[in-house]
Amino acid sequence: MNSIILRAGTRYLAGLLLVFSIYMTLRGHNEPGGGFIGGLTGATGFVLYAIACGTQDARAALRVLPQTIAIWGLGIALAAGLFAALFGDALFTGQWLFIGATEDDKGLPLSSVLVFDIGVYLVVFGSILTLVFAMEEEI
Amino acid sequence: MAGGFPTETRGNGLTGTVPILFAAALFAYFVSMVPTIAATDIIRVSIPWVPSLGIEFAFLVDGLSLTFSLLISGIGTLVLLYSNTYLAGHPQYARFALFLTAFMVSMLGLVLADDLILLFVFWELTTITSYMLIGFSHESKKSRRNALQALFVTGAGGLAFLAGLILLAAVSGTTSISGIIAQGDALKEHAMYLPILILLLAGTFTKSAQAPFHFWLPNAMAAPTPVSAFLHSATMVKAGIYVMARMHPAMSGTDVWLWTLTIFGAVTAIFASLLALRQTDLKQALAYTTLMALGTLTLFLGQESGYAMTAFATFLVVHSLYKASLFLVVGCIDLSTGTRETDQLAGLGRLMPITAVAAALAALSMAGFPPFLGFIGKELKYAGALAVASEPVLVAGAALLSNSLMLAVAGVVAFRPFWRGTVPSGQSPREAPWQMWAGPIILASLGALFGIYPDLLQTTLINPTVISLTGEVEEAKELKLWAGFNIPLILSIATFVLGLLIYARHVQLRALLARVFAALPNLDNGWDGFLDGFKNFAKLQTAFVQNGKLSSYLFATFLTIAAGILLTLVYTGMPFIDVDLSDVEWKHASIALLTISGAILALFTNSRIAGIAALGVVGIGIALIFIVFSAPDVAITQLLVETLIVVLVSVVMLRLPSLPKAEFRLGHAALSVAMGVAVSLTLIAVVSSPLELRLTDYFEATSWPEAYGRNIVNVILVDFRALDTFGEIAVVVIAALSAYALLRTTRKGGQS
Repeated sequence: MNSIILRAGTRYLAGLLLVFSIYMTLRGHNEPGGGFIGGLTGATGFVLYAIACGTQDARAALRVLPQTIAIWGLGIALAAGLFAALFGDALFTGQWLFIGATEDDKGLPLSSVLVFDIGVYLVVFGSILTLVFAMEEEI
Repeated sequence: MAGGFPTETRGNGLTGTVPILFAAALFAYFVSMVPTIAATDIIRVSIPWVPSLGIEFAFLVDGLSLTFSLLISGIGTLVLLYSNTYLAGHPQYARFALFLTAFMVSMLGLVLADDLILLFVFWELTTITSYMLIGFSHESKKSRRNALQALFVTGAGGLAFLAGLILLAAVSGTTSISGIIAQGDALKEHAMYLPILILLLAGTFTKSAQAPFHFWLPNAMAAPTPVSAFLHSATMVKAGIYVMARMHPAMSGTDVWLWTLTIFGAVTAIFASLLALRQTDLKQALAYTTLMALGTLTLFLGQESGYAMTAFATFLVVHSLYKASLFLVVGCIDLSTGTRETDQLAGLGRLMPITAVAAALAALSMAGFPPFLGFIGKELKYAGALAVASEPVLVAGAALLSNSLMLAVAGVVAFRPFWRGTVPSGQSPREAPWQMWAGPIILASLGALFGIYPDLLQTTLINPTVISLTGEVEEAKELKLWAGFNIPLILSIATFVLGLLIYARHVQLRALLARVFAALPNLDNGWDGFLDGFKNFAKLQTAFVQNGKLSSYLFATFLTIAAGILLTLVYTGMPFIDVDLSDVEWKHASIALLTISGAILALFTNSRIAGIAALGVVGIGIALIFIVFSAPDVAITQLLVETLIVVLVSVVMLRLPSLPKAEFRLGHAALSVAMGVAVSLTLIAVVSSPLELRLTDYFEATSWPEAYGRNIVNVILVDFRALDTFGEIAVVVIAALSAYALLRTTRKGGQS
């Protein structure tokens, strides 16, 4: 699609969508959001970019093959699940670390659950882009 | 193959010697067990495997299994030694040695297993490894076809066998074979006895090539000769015999057992020995004599008398010794002269003296001349036949006829090529290297040794085997060369006379038999016809079910769903429909209106892009419903998915030709209405029944304290149900990669 307005707008929109997708993922544990929604949002950004500027540009901007991202995501999710084994817990048991926690404040919560959610994000993101790029290019 | 024996320079290295040493070590190990077994003891080892089902990794060494193990590992060693020279320098020798060793181990597992499930696993392993071995010369189409035939026939039998084993385990309440045998006669009186028997025999008869399933065995001769010597003389075809023998104490003695085994065995024995005489190819002739031996063994297993059991045990050993030996001899002849046709073989005796001696020793045992073990085996056969309760004359007659034919075939295979005529011009046969004559000589000499000193065999193997079969050592009859002037001896003399007569006239008889068998239906061709019919049927039903039209696939899918829901609703009673519209607010109504109008637009538009947009409207309408009922996570997901679907669908759709003018299709319309009604009714039914809140309450209560999250949907996804989510994202990746591969290949195949 050769529209200068769309292309110009996309530059900002795609970036905004990506930032927003990370925000959605990180807040997911307590507010609406999460890895799945984040991945979809992020993919939407790149799909928009691909429509406006072509898949070649979109691929160049992505730098990595989308299928590679999806597979890495799966690996990260699995690693997050296996992580529990180090502490003798059952597979996929969440492991938490609260940095700087006091009586009233949880501090900064870090968890294997978040890592798992990042894996989900990457899987959704990579898979959708794999499909969209392939369809745009091959059909 | 006409190039003579491989030269010594092209060895197989370690891939040749290691398997030989491995097999020899196994043989030595089994020999070390002989004293224990000879003292009428047994050895049982078991490791729990699936304790919840009572399945064990259990092995049992008794007379029967030790006899088989010694034959398997002993002949295996000699065959591997032989193959190492026979196939010296073959580029795929490593593969061959692996298959053969794997087969040997599976076969040992089969005869040692003391658990039905374990038995079946090894049973199937022998089927698979023998498929690899028969099809070893995979560049030949015939070889592949025959390997597949053996796989299908024995594999189909294997399925029946599995069903039989499962029934047997269910009826007996245990999978332990010795446990089942210890239950005594309980099985024979059980109502499921007949089905179990039929299923088990379907497996053993196909595996042991009893008529009418015999046709795969001669075809399996497409395998390299050492394989035939191993699989089709001593081992694989005897797996079925082994199982029948193993089950003998628990299942024999009924009329069904007696008559089924007697009739199948007798028919196979006579039919096969006639066919054996008809062959001009040495290997084929031996293949049919193997069938005859299998028939005879089955015949004896049908009986219960001590004579029949002793005859079974003796003939089992005799046959393995002389048959493996003769197969290996034929391999030597084949490599030396380049042919296996009897017409083209003559006068080899002077040029291949050692091979000729091996052949003569084996053939004399096969023909049943004294003082060979074959003679004792034959005497016992007659004694066993005469002790048959049902039809002694019939069984003895069958034995007499098949033995005479066997004598004639022994002459054709092992006498004529060596001691008659002179070598035809163009052939320059020479003696086989020692690795190739060692096996035949050792095996054939054992036949003579055990004939002269039958006690060697009597106490070590025959008596323990008879104990395995009958439970009592007194049942074992004495093996001796001179049993006095009795009916078996008269029958033996009759056999010699008749056999020599047949041998003298075998050329004429062969022509006659060829004419007779040409008139009979050919099961082998029938097999091809059966397979072709099967393939054609598969094509027909594929063309019907997978016709390539997306609309018919969707139609079938939705029809199934609609029918499933509606039938369930009809059978379980229609839900009580109580639609209360009093609390409908304007926002609900407007969302419903938006969604419905989107659906109607999608239905009637002629433009693809309008149709896609209209479906997008439907999707957004649904997302709005989620928002109104405060499920923001689901709503966001729905909204994003809907957006992406619109993009994906338009990418595909906009490249298709423009839509034809919409026309009314009654079938599609009816299905749409049915689907809509079905889903609406289900939803109303769901809504009108009280909500089950246990899970919701649980997650609400535990989400924060246990998983430190306030967004229950996400906490469930990433923590409570993380394993499910992991499975789902794995599916997502697999789907994306598959679709990607599919899209790539269609372009390459279609447009370039």
